Amino acid sequence: MKKGSKINLFDLDRVLEILQVFLTNPFRTFLSGLGVGWGLFMIVVTVGASNGLENGVASEMGGRVKNSMFLWSRMTSMPYKGFKRGRRFEFNNSDTEFLRENATSIKLVAPRNQLGGHRGSNNVTRGTKSGAFNVYGDVPGYIEIDPVKILSGRYLNQGDIDNERKIAVIGKRVLELLYDNDIEPIGSSIQIQGVIFSVVGVYSTYKTGEDAEEDNQSIFIPYTTFGKSFHTNNEVGWYSLLMDENVHADTSAAEVMSLLKQRKSVHPDDKRAMGSWSMASEFEEVESLFAAFRLISFIFGGLALLAGAIGIMNIMLITVRERTKELGIRRAMGATPLTVMRQIMSETIFLTTLSGLIGVSFGVASLEGVNHLLESMGGSGGSFQNPEISLYTVLIALGVMLVMGVIAGILPAVRAIAIRPVEAIRTE
Amino acid sequence: MDWYLREVIILNNIGKSYVTGSQKLQVLKGLTCNIKEGEMVAIMGSSGSGKSTLLNILGLLDSFDSGEYILSGESMAGLNERAAAKFRSKLLGFVFQSFNLIGFKTALENVALPLYYQSIPRKKRNIIALDYLKKVGLEDWASHLPNQMSGGQKQRVAIARALVAKPKVILADEPTGALDSVTSSDVMKLLREINADGITMIIVTHEHDIAALCDRTIHLVDGLIDLS
Repeated sequence: MKKGSKINLFDLDRVLEILQVFLTNPFRTFLSGLGVGWGLFMIVVTVGASNGLENGVASEMGGRVKNSMFLWSRMTSMPYKGFKRGRRFEFNNSDTEFLRENATSIKLVAPRNQLGGHRGSNNVTRGTKSGAFNVYGDVPGYIEIDPVKILSGRYLNQGDIDNERKIAVIGKRVLELLYDNDIEPIGSSIQIQGVIFSVVGVYSTYKTGEDAEEDNQSIFIPYTTFGKSFHTNNEVGWYSLLMDENVHADTSAAEVMSLLKQRKSVHPDDKRAMGSWSMASEFEEVESLFAAFRLISFIFGGLALLAGAIGIMNIMLITVRERTKELGIRRAMGATPLTVMRQIMSETIFLTTLSGLIGVSFGVASLEGVNHLLESMGGSGGSFQNPEISLYTVLIALGVMLVMGVIAGILPAVRAIAIRPVEAIRTE
Repeated sequence: MDWYLREVIILNNIGKSYVTGSQKLQVLKGLTCNIKEGEMVAIMGSSGSGKSTLLNILGLLDSFDSGEYILSGESMAGLNERAAAKFRSKLLGFVFQSFNLIGFKTALENVALPLYYQSIPRKKRNIIALDYLKKVGLEDWASHLPNQMSGGQKQRVAIARALVAKPKVILADEPTGALDSVTSSDVMKLLREINADGITMIIVTHEHDIAALCDRTIHLVDGLIDLS
C-alpha cells in the first residue's frame, strides 16, 4: 500500500474483485450464503409473528389505559370491630371524596353505576324501537380510563354532572338498533327505563373482537343523573381508578385497599372483602409471555445464524485451500499479507451481509404478505394483527450477523496468509 | 559508487537449507555472484542443483539463511512478508513456466493485477495494461480468458503482466518450458526486446539453446556456481 492511501470501505474495485470471485462458482456461493440468509429469515418471521400476536392481544384490550384499576365491594370474611363476618357494605359518594383527598397514588377516581347488562331485558326505547343495553352512570374523567372514539357530538362534561343533566352518549350499535339510517341522533331523545334522555354524542370503541360488540351497545349518562333517575342515590357501584404511572400497580392497589378497609371497618387482613382488577398486572403477565416469545425466537434464530456462519467459514476454508495458487500469484504480484487477509475477510463479510440482507428482505416481504392477506380478509385478524418487526430489531440482528461474519472470516484469512508465495506457485 | 549502482543484484555467500523431518538439506552452500543492470543472464543446472531455490530467493518469494543479498542497492536480509511484497511490487516481475494466470480474470485484468496492488485506479490501470498487451501483440485478446488462449499467447500475457509495473528485474522460471520450439523462439525474441529497453533479465532454463540466447550463463552445480 502506498503511504497515505486510506482504507476505503466501499472501494468499488474491491467489491468488483469480490463479486468476480463469487461468480466463479455461483452455485456454491448461493449454498454457503443460504444458511445465514435462512437464519435471519427465521428471526424476522418469528419476531414478526410474535409481534403480530402481541398487537392482536393489545388491540383486543382496545388501548385501555395500562395504569387503570377496578375496585368493588364484596362480603367481609373476618369479624372486626364488633361486626360479624359476612357483612355486606357499599361504597358511597363520601368514600369517593375521601379517596380523592387521601389516596396519593391515584390520579383519578371514577365512581360508576350500571343498569341492565348482559342478556338483560329491554330497557331502552325510542318510539317503536327498543333494545337491551348497558347504561352507565359516569364522570367525564372515565374516558381517560377507558377511551372511546367520539363519532359525533360530545362526551360527558362537568356541567352535566353539576346540573344533573338528562343527557346520554350512545354507542354505535345502539344507534344502529334504535335509529333509522337517515335520522340525526344528536338532539333526539331516548327513554331509559321510562326516563327521557337527550342524546348528545355517539361513540365507538377502540377494542376489537367480542369486547367491542358489548362496548358499542352501551350508553353513558352523567353519574349524578344516574343516582337521581334510578334511585341509587348515594351509592357507588364500583370504582374505576387511574393510578400514578410511577407507582407500581400492586403498591397503589394496596394503598387504596388499606384506606378503604380502615374507613369501612374491615379487618386489615381480610382479603375477600373487596375485589380488584388491574390492567397493569394483566399487562405484565401478557408482556412477560411475549418477552419469552421474543427471547425464544432470538435464541433459535441466533443458533440458525451461528450454523450459517460456521457454514460460511467452512466454505471459505475450502475456498482458500483451492485458491492456494491464485493467492500465491497475487502475493508474487505484490499483494501484502494484509491485503490478502483483507480480501478474504471482505469476501466472508460481504457474503454474510449479502445473504443476511436477502434473508431479511424475504422475511419482511413474508410479513408484508401476511399483512396484506389479513387486510384483504377484512382487516381484523382477531388475536393476530399486523405482524411487524422494528428497524431497531433488524439492525441488531444484522449487527450480530456482521460480528459473526468477521469471526467466520478470521480463520480462513489466517490460513490464507500462512500460504507462502513460493509454495503457492509450486502447487500444480 | 558508480560500479556499485550498476550491479542490480549482488549475492554474497548465500546459504539456504530445508529441513524435512529429521533431515537437513543444504540447497545453497554459500553462493556468490553479481548481475549488472541491463544484463540478460541464464541460470542453468540439473534438477536439485538449487536453481529454483535461487530464483525464489532472488524473487523474494523465499528467505535465505545466511549471506547477503543486495537488490538495487538495498539489503534484502531478514525482510518481513510485507516489506518483501513491497519490493516485489516495486522492483520485480515474474514469468513462470506454467504461466500462472488467474483463470477467472481476462487477459487485461491479469496484466493489470500488479497495478491493483499498487492502488492505481481502475481506469488508469486498464489503460496501462492495454498498452502492455499491445506491446506483446495481444491487444485484440484483452477480454479473453486464459483458457481461450494458446500457450504462447498465455506466456505473452504473463510477460506483459511482468512488465506492467516497470520492474528493474524480470525473473523467468523456464519461460519456454511449456511451449513448442517456434513459440519458444518468439517468446525469447520478446524477452530479448524487453531486455534491450534496459530491464535486467534472469532466465532459469535447462535448455542450452535458450541459454545461448542470453548474454552469459551461470551454471549451478550442487548449490554452488560452477566456474569451470
